[in-house]
Amino acid sequence: MKRGPILTHAATLALSLVFLFPFVWLLMSALKPNEFLKQWPPVWVFPPTLEHVLGLFEPDSPFQFIQFLCNTLYVCAFTVTGHVLASAMVAYGFAHVKWPGRDLLFYAMLATMMVPAQTMMIPVFLLFRKLGWINTFWPLTIPALFGNPFFIFMLRQFFLTVPRDLLDAARVDGHGEIAVWWRVVMPLSVPALAVVGLFSFLGAWNDFINPLIYLLDETRYTLSLGLAMFQGQYEVQYGRLMAASALMTCPIVVLFFFTQRQFIEGIKMTGIKG
Amino acid sequence: MTRRQRRDLLLGLFFVSPYLIGFIGFMVLPMLASFCFSFTEYDIFNPPTWTGLDNFARLGQDRLFWTSLWNTAFYTVLSVPLGMSVAFLLALLLSRKLVARPVFRTIFFLPSIVPLVAAAVLWVWVFNSQYGYLNWALQPLCDLVSLIPGLSVSPPNWLQSPTWAKPALVLMSVWGIGGTMVLYLAALGDVPKTLYEVADLDGASALRKVRHVTIPMISPILFFTLVMGLIAALQVFTQAYIMTKGGQPGVSTLFYCLYLFQNAFEYFRLGYASAMAWILFANIGVITAIVFKVTGRFIYYEGGGAE
Repeated sequence: MKRGPILTHAATLALSLVFLFPFVWLLMSALKPNEFLKQWPPVWVFPPTLEHVLGLFEPDSPFQFIQFLCNTLYVCAFTVTGHVLASAMVAYGFAHVKWPGRDLLFYAMLATMMVPAQTMMIPVFLLFRKLGWINTFWPLTIPALFGNPFFIFMLRQFFLTVPRDLLDAARVDGHGEIAVWWRVVMPLSVPALAVVGLFSFLGAWNDFINPLIYLLDETRYTLSLGLAMFQGQYEVQYGRLMAASALMTCPIVVLFFFTQRQFIEGIKMTGIKG
Repeated sequence: MTRRQRRDLLLGLFFVSPYLIGFIGFMVLPMLASFCFSFTEYDIFNPPTWTGLDNFARLGQDRLFWTSLWNTAFYTVLSVPLGMSVAFLLALLLSRKLVARPVFRTIFFLPSIVPLVAAAVLWVWVFNSQYGYLNWALQPLCDLVSLIPGLSVSPPNWLQSPTWAKPALVLMSVWGIGGTMVLYLAALGDVPKTLYEVADLDGASALRKVRHVTIPMISPILFFTLVMGLIAALQVFTQAYIMTKGGQPGVSTLFYCLYLFQNAFEYFRLGYASAMAWILFANIGVITAIVFKVTGRFIYYEGGGAE
């Protein structure tokens, strides 16, 4: 082996350890008995314990894992369904229906991606307050029904790759536009729809500011909000915190290992998460 | 308008109707509303009262406003270039012939999908000056430096120190650059091999090849990540809200969007917060325009032309 490749390998290995270490630390801290947790220098060998993890399932725990998980999954399921269906419908209107004003609205949509959410935050809050939706899940779920510019853009690009002839053949057979969209384009676009679903799920799972603004009652907290409130408590229990953090992260990591290809595709197609 | 055209218009509007409703109801109207609020005093409980440019004048004299602006600028200027550099370096390494390359790629990418709240909670513990592993790792280094006579250094207190709290958040942000790295990696794969072969024939060093072949060839994606990174960094919120309890120590991590949030939802100064939101919007617009203008001529588009 020449010197170059050895150096490359050494550098990559060293950097990967730096990136990996917080995960190791997270798992170790979640499994460390309390008396080892606050030792200096940190101890790397200890009898692992599940007390912190199990503590999150106790009825008096300030972090109600099961409850928060159910809330989060409810919001996620609603959001993913809404985002996928609405974005696909709109994307079809941008990709395969020719109508005056289409391109204008499309470019307007692209331009709005730059507007910071803070600009709309206060009036939208007042609107939801007026509707009596504070402390309900509606403010987190209903906006998904209007699609999302990133997803619409992504699906439009994908729909454009569906051959025109195919659509025209279906039209000649007497199918209306809705049938062409639903029966021809949608089944051919399952991979792209899966990417949208995945990113929508991640967005809803990770969202913090919306639950923070709209959810007041502890029984309605999502995992993000619950974890943040747990961390903000007067007396911080690091073992439990790390266990909660690990429990919130694990599903995402597992999801990643099953959907690596979609993850990479999605990032390449939209550049989000960058 | 012929019947056919009318039919197409209705059909198009039907398909985009979800977005159109959202666009008007959750974008255009709220933007107009917050624009109007920014000229009023509004505490949610009483109807807004018109105060003209009062909010903007008061912001000019608000010490915390300027502090939050400074903190955000500091964070943005450090975290965006640093994150891009690290992502670029990792992508370069991963584009080489490596044993177990997919494993390394996964390791570098994974942190970017960790929920931000979970990451923030974890890093509070990493940064803990008494029990965190970061200072445990830094201690030997500090001891080594302290051997030089007249010098005595100890690891910083990170989140408890007004000096080090912002750099700590920058450091944490670098951990999550996996998405950017994936973009760069994809772009590197698209650079034609022949360009490197030609450079080899000319006897170019590895560094010169990066400087004169790689960077120009992937400049569009560098530009894209720069713009997106700036926009995201200017809106930094969650980390500070969780890790430094709303801007501590002192006001050293009071970022712009944090102060905006406090004004809106803790002090119920909705008019004031709306003014801040519009200033943020204007800033993002101006900064993006400047970036477009300045970097525009350095970007190489293979098709020949910028759109």
